[in-house]
Amino acid sequence: MDKTLQSIVQTLEKDFGAEANEIFGEVEAVVSLENIVAASQKLRDDFDFALLSTITAVDYFPEVSPRYHIVYVFNSLSKNLQLTLRVPVDGEKPIIPTLTGVYKNANWRERELWDMFGIKAEGHPDLRRILMPDDWDGHPLRKDYPLGYEEPQFTFNFEEIDLSKPKGEM
Amino acid sequence: MGVEEKLADMGVVTTTLESAVGWGRTRAMWPMLFGLACCAIEMMAAQAADYDMSRFGMELMRPSPRQSDLMIVAGRVSRKMAPVLRHLYDQMAEPKWVIAMGDCASCGGVFNNYAVVQGVDEIVPVDIYISGCPPRPEALIGGVMALHEKVEKLKIRDVL
Amino acid sequence: MATPYALPEVTLDEIKHLVSQRALDGETVLLNMGPQHPSTHGVLRLLLELDGETIVNCIPDVGFLHTGIEKNMESKTYLKAEVMSDRLDYLNTVGNNFAYCLAVEKMIDVDVPPRAQAIRVILAELQRVASHLVWLGTSALDVAAMSVFLYAFREREIILDILELVSGQRMMTTYIRPGGVWRDVPVEFDDAVRNVLNTFPKRIDEYEDLLTKNPLFLDRTLGIGKMTAEEALQWGVTGSTLRGSGPDWDLRKKRPYSGYEQYDFEVPTATEGDVYARYLVRIREMRESLKIIEQALNKLPLGPVRSNDRKIVPPPRSEIGTSMESLIHHFKLWTEGFDVPKGSVYAAVESPRGELGVFIESDGGPKPYRVHWRTPSYNNLEALPDMTKGLLIADLVAIIGSVDIVLGDVDR
Repeated sequence: MDKTLQSIVQTLEKDFGAEANEIFGEVEAVVSLENIVAASQKLRDDFDFALLSTITAVDYFPEVSPRYHIVYVFNSLSKNLQLTLRVPVDGEKPIIPTLTGVYKNANWRERELWDMFGIKAEGHPDLRRILMPDDWDGHPLRKDYPLGYEEPQFTFNFEEIDLSKPKGEM
Repeated sequence: MGVEEKLADMGVVTTTLESAVGWGRTRAMWPMLFGLACCAIEMMAAQAADYDMSRFGMELMRPSPRQSDLMIVAGRVSRKMAPVLRHLYDQMAEPKWVIAMGDCASCGGVFNNYAVVQGVDEIVPVDIYISGCPPRPEALIGGVMALHEKVEKLKIRDVL
Repeated sequence: MATPYALPEVTLDEIKHLVSQRALDGETVLLNMGPQHPSTHGVLRLLLELDGETIVNCIPDVGFLHTGIEKNMESKTYLKAEVMSDRLDYLNTVGNNFAYCLAVEKMIDVDVPPRAQAIRVILAELQRVASHLVWLGTSALDVAAMSVFLYAFREREIILDILELVSGQRMMTTYIRPGGVWRDVPVEFDDAVRNVLNTFPKRIDEYEDLLTKNPLFLDRTLGIGKMTAEEALQWGVTGSTLRGSGPDWDLRKKRPYSGYEQYDFEVPTATEGDVYARYLVRIREMRESLKIIEQALNKLPLGPVRSNDRKIVPPPRSEIGTSMESLIHHFKLWTEGFDVPKGSVYAAVESPRGELGVFIESDGGPKPYRVHWRTPSYNNLEALPDMTKGLLIADLVAIIGSVDIVLGDVDR
């Protein structure tokens, strides 16, 4: 692990009780839900992680607590470092604090979390669906949401599927 | 040496009104400037210098559906886009035709999932399907030619 | 006429918090631009609040090209899921494969032969030039310079012919595979790329003759859509759009992958942060890409183009007929796929639009448990409202062109 990154991770461990580990040559630290805003604030102000690359989530469906992991990828331009933070979130009450106060681009990423996973960002200024239509049911990237596979139409089952398909008429 | 001299030698052509109308419809078929995804880039390539679709009287892409006769659905149609597509189709003036360009528009292509409409024929009636992911510009021009053949054979009553 | 798909009703209540009070009082006009609009580069919808022709608020609405790629990749094996990645950012198909393969290779720890690495770099840079050509043509078209479009697409065909030569497909190549590339480049490859290297510098001069000092073009671009480096980073903007504002953040230079450290090239930057600065950066980037291609081609090493690890890379066709083991490997790879160790990885490459990252989480099985694409256009587009405030609608069109978004990249 890079020396500078190691000292940063140690600070996170000391101040926020983070648990860091290295996997495939990347550093990942697990931070609790309460500390994520303060931790990212510290990363931005004290360690110059100016770029929040992405926020995403992973759904470990049959598990309930924690059901989701929120993944934050931070980048520092001046130090040329990358750090991933993971935040476990409960499946019963998927609410996270918003990061829009720290990084502006958390806005759309958190909207995407709400749209795709149904994870609410508390205090978000504009929590609407972003990729799916406004009246869509369900959150597609959850593991209990079906893929929506439709049977392809071939010669042998043409008529059967043709009956069930909607048609664009004049 | 005017044009009259040449015309004098050409004589008279007789034809049916229907074939004259059909011919006329194909010679100035204006497609709608409406790109969705990857295929739209190939549609632009077909319009550009190398393939030059204007050789077939199609150099004018109209951004307004009111002025266009042909809708080329170039790319995958998502569930969010579907109502918009239908809305655009409804605004086009009769007679109008639709080409489903590429696998995604024809049948969903590689995307068999919740987000993509499995074939644009679920939303609007399609006249020509072009296969390929994305189809080459030649394939698009081939599809347009096939549509022209189809339109020339139409009876006037069929489309009015 | 009853339609099977009715347009959803939009009420002002839902967007009340996004517009100013003047819009609610009826003093300013709300105008819908897109999703079908010639200048939005795809199916982007912008809700504009206008005071006369001045933009008070700009609210982007994306998702009209949402394809469900992330979910669909979860249902396929690692080898088959790669096909989906092509269709994300359809102007940078090679780059998408590149990012995906780097991520997978990081997890399965496979070595890529040097020849494959060099071929990857050449193709990725060719694709970058092709992508910038599309940007140049369409964004010039937006500011009413029609002829550049025709020239740019003429040159793009030369690059697409090379991609077709090596992979058999013009756009969706899927040529870069985990562990190397699909197969070795044909003998004509060298001549074809040299042809590009010989002709393109002159062609880029031509574009510059048409635009760089053209007073009409300068009027439309100078001082329009300004963004400082701090603002850009706050919005997560990367790529040429960020470099137009100052920082020389380029992953090829800062975190070299696939042997980029061997090549000598510069990272062009500008400080003004306006549309014109981004234009200059991209034009210079095309020249730098040609420099990289030339160096990579000159010292293109000989040797294999795929890793010899039969558990990950399918055996060549010629072996299948003679070796039972190869046949079994082939069958296993294309039916079950290979297992990937548990854990998650984030790999990023510098796409023509910025940092293209892919996050893959594996549960130890042959299918990715979760794939997330950190697409650059998504963040670059998010910064658009800030750039456009107080400008005219005509400027908005120039700014959209300069940010160089691809909607497939935004909506995934």
